[in-house]
Amino acid sequence: MIPAAFEYVRAESADDALAALREHGDDAKLLAGGMSLIPLMKLRLATPAVLVDVGRVGDLSYVRDAGDHVAIGALTRHRDLETSDLLRDQCGVLRAVAAQVGDNQVRHRGTLGGSVAHGDPASDLPAALLALDATFLVRGGAGERTVAATDFFRGFLETALEPDELLTEIRVPKTGATGFSYQKFQRRKQDWAIVGAVAVRNGSTRVALVNMGSTPVRARAVEEALTAGASVADAAQHAAEGTEPPADLNASVEYREHLARVLTRRALEEAAG
Amino acid sequence: MQTSITVNGVAQQHDVEPRTLLVQFLRDACGLTGTKIGCDTSSCGACTVLVDGESVKSCTMLAAQADGRSVTTIEGLAADGELHPVQRAFQEHHGLQCGFCTAGMVMAAVSLIEEIPNPTERDVRDGLEGNLCRCTGYHNIVEAVLAAAGSAESAAAGSAR
Repeated sequence: MIPAAFEYVRAESADDALAALREHGDDAKLLAGGMSLIPLMKLRLATPAVLVDVGRVGDLSYVRDAGDHVAIGALTRHRDLETSDLLRDQCGVLRAVAAQVGDNQVRHRGTLGGSVAHGDPASDLPAALLALDATFLVRGGAGERTVAATDFFRGFLETALEPDELLTEIRVPKTGATGFSYQKFQRRKQDWAIVGAVAVRNGSTRVALVNMGSTPVRARAVEEALTAGASVADAAQHAAEGTEPPADLNASVEYREHLARVLTRRALEEAAG
Repeated sequence: MQTSITVNGVAQQHDVEPRTLLVQFLRDACGLTGTKIGCDTSSCGACTVLVDGESVKSCTMLAAQADGRSVTTIEGLAADGELHPVQRAFQEHHGLQCGFCTAGMVMAAVSLIEEIPNPTERDVRDGLEGNLCRCTGYHNIVEAVLAAAGSAESAAAGSAR
Protein backbone atom coordinates (compact mmCIF):
# COMPACT_ATOMS: atom_id res chain seq x y z
CA MET A 1 0.00 0.00 0.00
CA ILE A 2 1.31 3.41 -0.97
CA PRO A 3 0.11 6.80 0.26
CA ALA A 4 -1.50 9.20 -2.20
CA ALA A 5 1.01 11.64 -3.67
CA PHE A 6 1.84 14.69 -1.56
CA GLU A 7 4.27 17.57 -1.44
CA TYR A 8 6.93 16.99 1.22
CA VAL A 9 8.22 19.89 3.31
CA ARG A 10 10.94 19.31 5.90
CA ALA A 11 10.75 21.76 8.79
CA GLU A 12 14.09 22.46 10.47
CA SER A 13 12.50 24.44 13.32
CA ALA A 14 9.15 25.15 14.94
CA ASP A 15 9.10 28.50 13.08
CA ASP A 16 9.62 26.65 9.78
CA ALA A 17 6.69 24.38 10.56
CA LEU A 18 4.42 27.28 11.51
CA ALA A 19 5.34 29.12 8.30
CA ALA A 20 4.46 26.03 6.24
CA LEU A 21 1.14 25.66 8.07
CA ARG A 22 0.33 29.34 7.43
CA GLU A 23 1.15 28.93 3.75
CA HIS A 24 -0.77 25.71 3.11
CA GLY A 25 -3.59 25.95 5.68
CA ASP A 26 -6.00 23.03 5.78
CA ASP A 27 -4.16 21.22 2.96
CA ALA A 28 -1.17 20.61 5.24
CA LYS A 29 -0.67 17.95 7.88
CA LEU A 30 2.17 17.71 10.38
CA LEU A 31 4.24 14.51 10.43
CA ALA A 32 6.10 13.62 13.63
CA GLY A 33 7.07 9.96 14.07
CA GLY A 34 4.33 8.90 11.67
CA MET A 35 3.22 5.84 13.63
CA SER A 36 -0.46 6.81 13.34
CA LEU A 37 -0.46 9.08 10.30
CA ILE A 38 1.50 6.92 7.85
CA PRO A 39 -0.80 3.88 8.28
CA LEU A 40 -3.80 6.17 7.72
CA MET A 41 -2.17 7.60 4.60
CA LYS A 42 -1.34 4.12 3.28
CA LEU A 43 -5.00 3.17 3.69
CA ARG A 44 -5.88 6.50 1.97
CA LEU A 45 -8.00 7.45 4.95
CA ALA A 46 -5.80 10.55 5.14
CA THR A 47 -4.69 12.26 1.91
CA PRO A 48 -2.94 15.51 2.85
CA ALA A 49 -1.72 17.56 -0.13
CA VAL A 50 1.27 18.78 1.86
CA LEU A 51 3.14 16.85 4.52
CA VAL A 52 5.18 19.02 6.89
CA ASP A 53 7.80 16.79 8.53
CA VAL A 54 8.69 18.12 12.00
CA GLY A 55 10.52 14.91 12.95
CA ARG A 56 13.93 16.62 12.92
CA VAL A 57 13.07 19.62 15.07
CA GLY A 58 15.52 18.43 17.72
CA ASP A 59 14.92 21.22 20.22
CA LEU A 60 11.39 19.88 20.78
CA SER A 61 12.74 16.61 22.21
CA TYR A 62 13.43 16.83 25.96
CA VAL A 63 12.24 15.81 29.43
CA ARG A 64 13.04 18.67 31.80
CA ASP A 65 12.56 19.52 35.47
CA ALA A 66 10.68 22.83 35.32
CA GLY A 67 10.31 23.48 39.05
CA ASP A 68 6.70 22.73 39.90
CA HIS A 69 6.17 20.45 36.88
CA VAL A 70 7.97 18.27 34.36
CA ALA A 71 8.16 19.77 30.86
CA ILE A 72 8.29 17.37 27.92
CA GLY A 73 9.01 18.43 24.34
CA ALA A 74 6.29 17.41 21.91
CA LEU A 75 8.74 15.43 19.77
CA THR A 76 10.03 13.30 22.65
CA ARG A 77 9.81 9.65 21.60
CA HIS A 78 8.04 6.99 23.65
CA ARG A 79 11.42 5.25 23.98
CA ASP A 80 12.85 8.36 25.67
CA LEU A 81 9.87 8.53 28.04
CA GLU A 82 10.11 4.89 29.07
CA THR A 83 13.84 5.25 29.86
CA SER A 84 13.65 8.67 31.56
CA ASP A 85 15.10 8.76 35.10
CA LEU A 86 13.35 12.08 35.75
CA LEU A 87 9.95 10.57 34.93
CA ARG A 88 10.71 7.51 37.04
CA ASP A 89 11.27 9.78 40.05
CA GLN A 90 8.68 12.47 39.36
CA CYS A 91 5.90 11.08 37.16
CA GLY A 92 6.14 7.30 37.08
CA VAL A 93 2.77 6.76 35.50
CA LEU A 94 3.77 8.47 32.26
CA ARG A 95 6.91 6.36 32.00
CA ALA A 96 4.95 3.17 32.67
CA VAL A 97 2.23 3.99 30.15
CA ALA A 98 4.80 4.94 27.47
CA ALA A 99 6.39 1.50 27.92
CA GLN A 100 3.06 -0.11 26.96
CA VAL A 101 2.56 1.77 23.68
CA GLY A 102 2.75 -0.46 20.60
CA ASP A 103 6.02 -2.38 20.40
CA ASN A 104 9.76 -1.54 20.45
CA GLN A 105 9.79 -0.50 16.80
CA VAL A 106 6.82 1.82 17.32
CA ARG A 107 8.31 3.30 20.49
CA HIS A 108 11.56 4.05 18.64
CA ARG A 109 9.63 6.35 16.27
CA GLY A 110 6.39 7.52 17.90
CA THR A 111 6.29 10.78 19.86
CA LEU A 112 4.27 12.05 22.80
CA GLY A 113 3.14 15.15 20.93
CA GLY A 114 2.16 13.09 17.90
CA SER A 115 0.01 10.82 20.03
CA VAL A 116 -1.68 13.80 21.72
CA ALA A 117 -2.26 15.78 18.51
CA HIS A 118 -3.65 12.70 16.74
CA GLY A 119 -6.38 12.52 19.38
CA ASP A 120 -7.22 8.84 19.07
CA PRO A 121 -9.40 7.68 22.01
CA ALA A 122 -7.74 4.24 21.77
CA SER A 123 -4.27 5.70 22.43
CA ASP A 124 -2.66 5.07 25.80
CA LEU A 125 -0.85 8.34 26.53
CA PRO A 126 -3.72 10.84 26.08
CA ALA A 127 -5.69 9.06 28.83
CA ALA A 128 -2.66 9.18 31.14
CA LEU A 129 -2.28 12.92 30.48
CA LEU A 130 -5.98 13.41 31.19
CA ALA A 131 -5.63 11.60 34.53
CA LEU A 132 -2.59 13.77 35.32
CA ASP A 133 -4.44 17.02 34.51
CA ALA A 134 -1.60 17.84 32.10
CA THR A 135 -1.31 21.15 30.27
CA PHE A 136 -0.39 21.54 26.60
CA LEU A 137 1.64 24.42 25.22
CA VAL A 138 0.58 25.37 21.70
CA ARG A 139 2.15 27.81 19.22
CA GLY A 140 0.33 29.40 16.30
CA GLY A 141 -0.12 32.52 14.23
CA ALA A 142 -1.69 34.29 17.21
CA GLY A 143 1.21 33.46 19.50
CA GLU A 144 1.45 30.94 22.30
CA ARG A 145 -1.34 29.56 24.48
CA THR A 146 -1.86 26.78 26.98
CA VAL A 147 -4.72 24.30 26.86
CA ALA A 148 -5.74 22.03 29.74
CA ALA A 149 -5.89 18.34 28.83
CA THR A 150 -9.52 18.32 29.96
CA ASP A 151 -10.34 20.91 27.24
CA PHE A 152 -8.09 19.50 24.52
CA PHE A 153 -9.78 16.34 23.26
CA ARG A 154 -12.95 17.38 21.41
CA GLY A 155 -14.05 14.35 19.39
CA PHE A 156 -12.79 11.33 17.43
CA LEU A 157 -9.37 12.46 16.07
CA GLU A 158 -10.43 16.05 16.86
CA THR A 159 -8.52 18.31 19.24
CA ALA A 160 -8.43 21.97 20.25
CA LEU A 161 -5.51 22.53 17.84
CA GLU A 162 -6.24 25.03 15.04
CA PRO A 163 -4.96 24.17 11.53
CA ASP A 164 -2.12 26.73 11.89
CA GLU A 165 -1.03 25.57 15.36
CA LEU A 166 1.79 23.34 16.57
CA LEU A 167 1.82 21.50 19.89
CA THR A 168 5.25 22.22 21.38
CA GLU A 169 5.28 21.05 25.01
CA ILE A 170 3.42 18.83 27.45
CA ARG A 171 3.49 19.76 31.14
CA VAL A 172 2.77 17.15 33.79
CA PRO A 173 2.65 17.57 37.57
CA LYS A 174 5.33 16.05 39.76
CA THR A 175 3.49 13.20 41.41
CA GLY A 176 6.61 11.91 43.16
CA ALA A 177 6.37 8.37 44.47
CA THR A 178 2.56 8.18 44.66
CA GLY A 179 0.75 5.08 43.49
CA PHE A 180 -0.40 4.61 39.93
CA SER A 181 -1.50 1.87 37.57
CA TYR A 182 -2.29 1.31 33.92
CA GLN A 183 -4.47 -1.66 33.07
CA LYS A 184 -4.56 -2.30 29.32
CA PHE A 185 -6.73 -5.06 27.87
CA GLN A 186 -5.79 -6.30 24.41
CA ARG A 187 -5.62 -9.51 22.40
CA ARG A 188 -1.94 -9.16 21.45
CA LYS A 189 0.66 -7.04 23.24
CA GLN A 190 1.16 -4.68 20.29
CA ASP A 191 -2.57 -4.07 19.70
CA TRP A 192 -4.58 -1.00 20.60
CA ALA A 193 -6.30 -1.26 23.97
CA ILE A 194 -9.79 -2.72 23.68
CA VAL A 195 -10.28 -0.80 26.93
CA GLY A 196 -7.70 0.70 29.26
CA ALA A 197 -7.86 2.31 32.70
CA VAL A 198 -5.28 4.66 34.22
CA ALA A 199 -5.34 5.48 37.93
CA VAL A 200 -3.07 8.09 39.53
CA ARG A 201 -2.98 9.17 43.15
CA ASN A 202 -1.88 12.80 43.37
CA GLY A 203 -3.70 14.17 46.37
CA SER A 204 -7.03 12.72 45.28
CA THR A 205 -7.27 9.72 42.98
CA ARG A 206 -7.92 10.36 39.30
CA VAL A 207 -9.04 7.78 36.77
CA ALA A 208 -9.10 8.02 32.97
CA LEU A 209 -10.31 5.51 30.42
CA VAL A 210 -8.99 4.46 27.01
CA ASN A 211 -11.37 3.59 24.15
CA MET A 212 -14.59 4.23 26.08
CA GLY A 213 -15.90 7.02 23.82
CA SER A 214 -14.94 9.35 20.99
CA THR A 215 -12.23 10.89 23.20
CA PRO A 216 -10.21 9.69 26.19
CA VAL A 217 -12.47 10.28 29.20
CA ARG A 218 -12.15 10.85 32.93
CA ALA A 219 -14.16 8.45 35.08
CA ARG A 220 -15.65 11.28 37.15
CA ALA A 221 -18.27 9.11 38.86
CA VAL A 222 -15.52 6.82 40.15
CA GLU A 223 -13.47 9.77 41.41
CA GLU A 224 -16.51 11.27 43.16
CA ALA A 225 -17.41 7.97 44.79
CA LEU A 226 -13.87 7.62 46.14
CA THR A 227 -13.95 11.18 47.47
CA ALA A 228 -17.24 10.38 49.18
CA GLY A 229 -15.59 7.44 50.92
CA ALA A 230 -16.67 4.48 48.78
CA SER A 231 -14.53 1.35 48.75
CA VAL A 232 -12.40 0.64 45.66
CA ALA A 233 -14.73 -2.18 44.61
CA ASP A 234 -17.85 -0.01 44.99
CA ALA A 235 -16.30 3.03 43.28
CA ALA A 236 -15.15 0.93 40.30
CA GLN A 237 -18.77 -0.08 39.65
CA HIS A 238 -19.35 3.51 38.41
CA ALA A 239 -16.60 3.30 35.76
CA ALA A 240 -18.87 3.08 32.71
CA GLU A 241 -21.25 5.83 33.81
CA GLY A 242 -21.54 8.62 31.29
CA THR A 243 -19.39 6.82 28.70
CA GLU A 244 -20.39 6.02 25.11
CA PRO A 245 -18.04 3.19 24.13
CA PRO A 246 -17.88 1.98 20.52
CA ALA A 247 -18.91 -1.50 19.38
CA ASP A 248 -16.57 -3.25 16.94
CA LEU A 249 -15.14 -6.68 16.07
CA ASN A 250 -13.24 -6.79 19.35
CA ALA A 251 -16.00 -5.94 21.79
CA SER A 252 -19.66 -4.96 22.18
CA VAL A 253 -20.73 -1.88 24.13
CA GLU A 254 -21.75 -4.08 27.09
CA TYR A 255 -18.43 -5.91 27.11
CA ARG A 256 -16.49 -2.63 27.06
CA GLU A 257 -18.59 -1.35 29.98
CA HIS A 258 -17.79 -4.55 31.87
CA LEU A 259 -14.07 -4.21 31.06
CA ALA A 260 -14.08 -0.58 32.24
CA ARG A 261 -15.42 -1.65 35.65
CA VAL A 262 -13.01 -4.58 36.04
CA LEU A 263 -9.92 -2.72 34.79
CA THR A 264 -10.75 0.33 36.93
CA ARG A 265 -10.98 -1.87 40.03
CA ARG A 266 -7.62 -3.49 39.21
CA ALA A 267 -6.04 -0.09 38.53
CA LEU A 268 -7.34 1.34 41.80
CA GLU A 269 -6.14 -1.70 43.73
CA GLU A 270 -2.66 -1.51 42.22
CA ALA A 271 -2.44 2.27 42.68
CA ALA A 272 -3.40 1.88 46.34
CA GLY A 273 -0.96 -0.97 47.00
CA MET B 1 13.19 14.06 -4.61
CA GLN B 2 16.85 13.17 -4.15
CA THR B 3 17.11 10.94 -1.10
CA SER B 4 20.47 9.92 0.36
CA ILE B 5 20.66 7.12 2.89
CA THR B 6 23.74 5.23 4.05
CA VAL B 7 22.64 1.62 3.71
CA ASN B 8 24.91 -1.02 5.22
CA GLY B 9 27.76 1.47 5.11
CA VAL B 10 27.27 2.33 1.43
CA ALA B 11 25.97 5.75 0.31
CA GLN B 12 22.74 5.24 -1.67
CA GLN B 13 21.30 8.25 -3.46
CA HIS B 14 18.15 7.82 -5.51
CA ASP B 15 15.53 10.12 -7.01
CA VAL B 16 12.27 8.85 -5.52
CA GLU B 17 8.78 10.20 -4.90
CA PRO B 18 8.19 11.71 -1.43
CA ARG B 19 5.60 9.01 -0.76
CA THR B 20 8.19 6.24 -1.18
CA LEU B 21 8.33 4.07 1.91
CA LEU B 22 11.71 3.13 3.36
CA VAL B 23 11.08 -0.55 2.58
CA GLN B 24 10.46 0.28 -1.10
CA PHE B 25 13.62 2.38 -1.20
CA LEU B 26 15.59 -0.58 0.16
CA ARG B 27 13.98 -3.27 -2.01
CA ASP B 28 13.29 -1.42 -5.26
CA ALA B 29 15.87 1.38 -5.43
CA CYS B 30 18.76 -0.39 -3.66
CA GLY B 31 17.85 -3.94 -4.76
CA LEU B 32 18.15 -5.24 -1.19
CA THR B 33 15.29 -7.73 -1.02
CA GLY B 34 16.29 -9.38 2.26
CA THR B 35 13.88 -7.02 4.01
CA LYS B 36 10.37 -8.43 3.56
CA ILE B 37 6.96 -6.81 3.29
CA GLY B 38 4.53 -8.94 5.30
CA CYS B 39 1.34 -7.35 6.59
CA ASP B 40 2.12 -3.87 5.22
CA THR B 41 0.26 -2.41 8.24
CA SER B 42 3.09 -2.20 10.81
CA SER B 43 1.84 -5.23 12.71
CA CYS B 44 4.06 -8.15 11.71
CA GLY B 45 7.60 -6.74 11.88
CA ALA B 46 8.90 -8.62 8.80
CA CYS B 47 10.16 -5.27 7.43
CA THR B 48 12.19 -4.41 10.54
CA VAL B 49 15.51 -2.67 9.84
CA LEU B 50 17.82 -0.54 11.98
CA VAL B 51 17.81 3.23 11.58
CA ASP B 52 20.80 4.72 13.40
CA GLY B 53 21.01 1.42 15.27
CA GLU B 54 17.40 1.21 16.44
CA SER B 55 14.73 -1.17 15.14
CA VAL B 56 11.94 0.39 13.07
CA LYS B 57 9.26 -0.97 10.76
CA SER B 58 10.36 0.18 7.32
CA CYS B 59 6.83 -0.16 5.87
CA THR B 60 5.71 2.64 8.19
CA MET B 61 8.50 5.13 7.59
CA LEU B 62 9.03 7.33 4.56
CA ALA B 63 12.40 7.11 2.84
CA ALA B 64 12.44 10.89 3.23
CA GLN B 65 12.39 10.46 7.01
CA ALA B 66 15.59 8.39 6.77
CA ASP B 67 17.31 10.90 4.46
CA GLY B 68 20.85 11.51 5.70
CA ARG B 69 20.66 8.71 8.22
CA SER B 70 22.23 5.28 8.52
CA VAL B 71 20.21 2.13 7.83
CA THR B 72 21.24 -1.48 8.45
CA THR B 73 19.39 -4.35 6.77
CA ILE B 74 19.83 -8.09 7.14
CA GLU B 75 22.35 -7.95 4.25
CA GLY B 76 24.56 -5.66 6.34
CA LEU B 77 24.98 -7.86 9.41
CA ALA B 78 27.54 -10.44 8.33
CA ALA B 79 31.11 -9.13 8.21
CA ASP B 80 34.00 -10.64 6.23
CA GLY B 81 32.01 -13.77 5.43
CA GLU B 82 31.24 -14.41 9.10
CA LEU B 83 27.62 -14.51 10.19
CA HIS B 84 26.58 -12.01 12.86
CA PRO B 85 26.23 -13.73 16.28
CA VAL B 86 22.43 -13.37 16.12
CA GLN B 87 22.32 -14.94 12.63
CA ARG B 88 24.55 -17.79 13.80
CA ALA B 89 22.38 -18.38 16.86
CA PHE B 90 19.22 -18.54 14.70
CA GLN B 91 20.96 -21.19 12.57
CA GLU B 92 22.26 -23.21 15.52
CA HIS B 93 19.01 -23.10 17.47
CA HIS B 94 16.70 -23.65 14.50
CA GLY B 95 15.14 -20.22 15.03
CA LEU B 96 13.43 -20.32 11.66
CA GLN B 97 10.99 -22.51 9.79
CA CYS B 98 9.62 -20.96 6.58
CA GLY B 99 12.02 -18.03 7.03
CA PHE B 100 9.73 -15.17 6.02
CA CYS B 101 9.79 -13.43 9.40
CA THR B 102 13.47 -14.19 9.99
CA ALA B 103 15.12 -11.05 8.62
CA GLY B 104 12.81 -8.88 10.72
CA MET B 105 13.19 -11.11 13.78
CA VAL B 106 16.99 -10.97 13.54
CA MET B 107 17.04 -7.18 13.15
CA ALA B 108 14.62 -6.71 16.06
CA ALA B 109 16.80 -9.03 18.15
CA VAL B 110 19.98 -7.11 17.32
CA SER B 111 18.32 -3.89 18.49
CA LEU B 112 16.92 -5.61 21.59
CA ILE B 113 20.32 -6.97 22.65
CA GLU B 114 21.85 -3.53 22.09
CA GLU B 115 19.33 -2.06 24.54
CA ILE B 116 19.28 -4.97 27.01
CA PRO B 117 22.68 -6.72 26.77
CA ASN B 118 21.81 -9.57 29.15
CA PRO B 119 18.09 -10.13 28.63
CA THR B 120 15.87 -12.54 30.51
CA GLU B 121 13.46 -14.78 28.62
CA ARG B 122 10.69 -12.32 29.59
CA ASP B 123 12.73 -9.42 28.16
CA VAL B 124 13.13 -11.28 24.86
CA ARG B 125 9.44 -12.19 24.59
CA ASP B 126 8.43 -8.60 25.41
CA GLY B 127 11.09 -7.17 23.12
CA LEU B 128 9.93 -9.22 20.14
CA GLU B 129 6.21 -8.48 20.61
CA GLY B 130 6.27 -6.44 17.40
CA ASN B 131 7.32 -9.44 15.30
CA LEU B 132 4.97 -12.23 14.30
CA CYS B 133 5.98 -15.75 13.19
CA ARG B 134 3.16 -17.43 11.29
CA CYS B 135 4.91 -20.81 11.76
CA THR B 136 4.63 -20.07 15.51
CA GLY B 137 8.27 -20.99 15.96
CA TYR B 138 8.67 -18.66 18.91
CA HIS B 139 10.30 -21.12 21.31
CA ASN B 140 13.44 -21.57 19.24
CA ILE B 141 13.51 -17.91 18.24
CA VAL B 142 13.57 -16.89 21.90
CA GLU B 143 16.22 -19.51 22.61
CA ALA B 144 18.35 -18.24 19.73
CA VAL B 145 18.16 -14.65 20.96
CA LEU B 146 19.07 -15.68 24.52
CA ALA B 147 22.02 -17.70 23.19
CA ALA B 148 23.20 -14.84 20.98
CA ALA B 149 23.14 -12.51 23.97
CA GLY B 150 25.13 -15.04 26.01
CA SER B 151 22.31 -14.86 28.52
CA ALA B 152 22.41 -16.95 31.67
CA GLU B 153 18.85 -18.08 30.92
CA SER B 154 19.76 -19.63 27.57
CA ALA B 155 21.18 -22.81 29.07
CA ALA B 156 18.12 -23.24 31.28
CA ALA B 157 15.76 -22.64 28.37
CA GLY B 158 17.65 -25.22 26.31
CA SER B 159 17.55 -27.94 28.96
CA ALA B 160 13.82 -27.40 29.58
CA ARG B 161 13.02 -28.46 26.06
